[in-house]
Amino acid sequence: MRKLRLAAADSWVMTGRNMAHVVRSPEEIGIYFMLPITFVLVFGYVFGSGMQVPDGGNYREFLLPGVFAMTMLYGMGATATSVAHDAQRGVVDRFRSLPIARSALLTGRSVADLFRALLEMTVLLVCGLLVGWTWHRGAGYALLAVALLLALRMAMTWIGIYVGLLVPNPDTVGTIIFPLAFPLTAVSNVFVAPELMPGWLGTISEWNPLSATVAAMRELFGNPGLAGGSTSWPAENAVALAIAWPLVLVAVFAPLAVRRYQRLSR
Amino acid sequence: MAEHAIVAEGLRKRYGDTYALDGFDLTVAAGTLHGVLGPNGAGKTTAVRSLATLLRYDAGRATVCGYDVAREPHRVRGAIGLTGQYAAVDETLSGRQNLVLFGRLHRMSKRAAGRRADALLERFGLTEAAGKSAGQYSGGMRRRLDLAASIIRTPRVLFLDEPTTGLDPRSRNEVWDAVRDLLAAGTTVLLTTQYLEEADQLADRISVVDAGRVIAEGTADELKARIGGDRIEIVTRRAADLVAVAGLLERITGTAAVTDPDTRRVGAPVTDRVAALTEVVRALHAAGLTVEDIGTRRPTLDEAFLRLTADRTGKTEVAA
Repeated sequence: MRKLRLAAADSWVMTGRNMAHVVRSPEEIGIYFMLPITFVLVFGYVFGSGMQVPDGGNYREFLLPGVFAMTMLYGMGATATSVAHDAQRGVVDRFRSLPIARSALLTGRSVADLFRALLEMTVLLVCGLLVGWTWHRGAGYALLAVALLLALRMAMTWIGIYVGLLVPNPDTVGTIIFPLAFPLTAVSNVFVAPELMPGWLGTISEWNPLSATVAAMRELFGNPGLAGGSTSWPAENAVALAIAWPLVLVAVFAPLAVRRYQRLSR
Repeated sequence: MAEHAIVAEGLRKRYGDTYALDGFDLTVAAGTLHGVLGPNGAGKTTAVRSLATLLRYDAGRATVCGYDVAREPHRVRGAIGLTGQYAAVDETLSGRQNLVLFGRLHRMSKRAAGRRADALLERFGLTEAAGKSAGQYSGGMRRRLDLAASIIRTPRVLFLDEPTTGLDPRSRNEVWDAVRDLLAAGTTVLLTTQYLEEADQLADRISVVDAGRVIAEGTADELKARIGGDRIEIVTRRAADLVAVAGLLERITGTAAVTDPDTRRVGAPVTDRVAALTEVVRALHAAGLTVEDIGTRRPTLDEAFLRLTADRTGKTEVAA
């Protein structure tokens, strides 16, 4: 029990370290927001006029939950870059030579990234409201939707930590994350409803963890684009899937990341 | 407290086909400074990282402050401080934020960590730069900050892995002063270095390391006696004079001279360098030999090292 409390205290100090990074280099946050804001504008306004939603809703209302989820997904890149940066520096040696919980560096990172995600969410929600998106089923469901988003981000954070420990240097992170993240966003229900894709692609798209969260959000926010023609299992159980997927991903990648971190001592 | 602060017996660490540590032995008495001297790639850093629990060794046994490094790493970590070759500080955070962070990780309260950080910044002349990102510090400042971070809690054993490599003389002296202060306060220090002079200045005892094992151990004076002291070196004007000059040099020093025809260079070890130099110059003049250059110099680490490794190769040949 005492050990757990100390580990939590160490993680909290590490969280503070990562938050201090954000405060000291706010330009990094600016770069984050550029991408989702650009997505909202480009897809919402440029393509939006030519795209159709299966149940005939507004495309921007359909798109925004996808942009929220996509931002959480790309957060994985930022996490991986910071971790790779740390791992390459001598500072990790110092952390490892201190009598602190070994997991503190990683858990501290994941908590800090969650705070960062909260900040990003706020900007995204405001941005969404400005372009005409809103929630229709009350604040309770809306908050639940945000919680699911943060769960997705938590999963992405642990994948990011693992990738960051895997790559030899921060510059190669992009070359791994992009090929990983891009198909995940494209073959999902973010831009196009799976029913409009060829059969097999639609199936992959429906089972995509990103799609689960997006479908759940559309349901909870009351945005268009879910029920439509799809009566498949993942479409009908989106909320359950959006809870299960992040849990599974964390259960797989958190132990992998911790093990990888410990193997730095080879 | 254990009488020996650090004990290593037969440490081995293999990377592929090469042994970074190949039967590394070390005994360091509590409260002393022990130098580990050797060229790049000799295994110095591997040894320090192993003893500091950062690296798992394949075989052998090691204790630090009486704690088994492999079985009680957490206790070892509670007793040591570590300053690596590359400054291990957070480059985004300010100098002060770094020290507060490490103080907090040592379980100090926020206020205690702040006070300790300010005291250390003052002591290492970093007060003015306290708010600047560590990434903007000069090499010397960063190394000082790193050293400060290692002693937030006065460690019982401090590992210094080439703490002055690449530093200007002033920064180097500051690091040395800090190390002497720690010694005075009772901390045991293990220092690795490539510089004979540094080991000479600071260390009570020195281990010379090559290819992952200790090839010589003793006080600076003992080692110097083994290596040989100063040398006299002459560059002749004409290659034809080499033999004559070498003969003259041997007669005066009573030691074997080494000639290098390519550079027209003759050298021999001497005991009293000023007397020998005077005598050699006089004798050269009397013999009518003109030289291009003449002088004395101390053996470089390279030479000392070649000499010690040569000793060892000689021994193994006899054994075989």
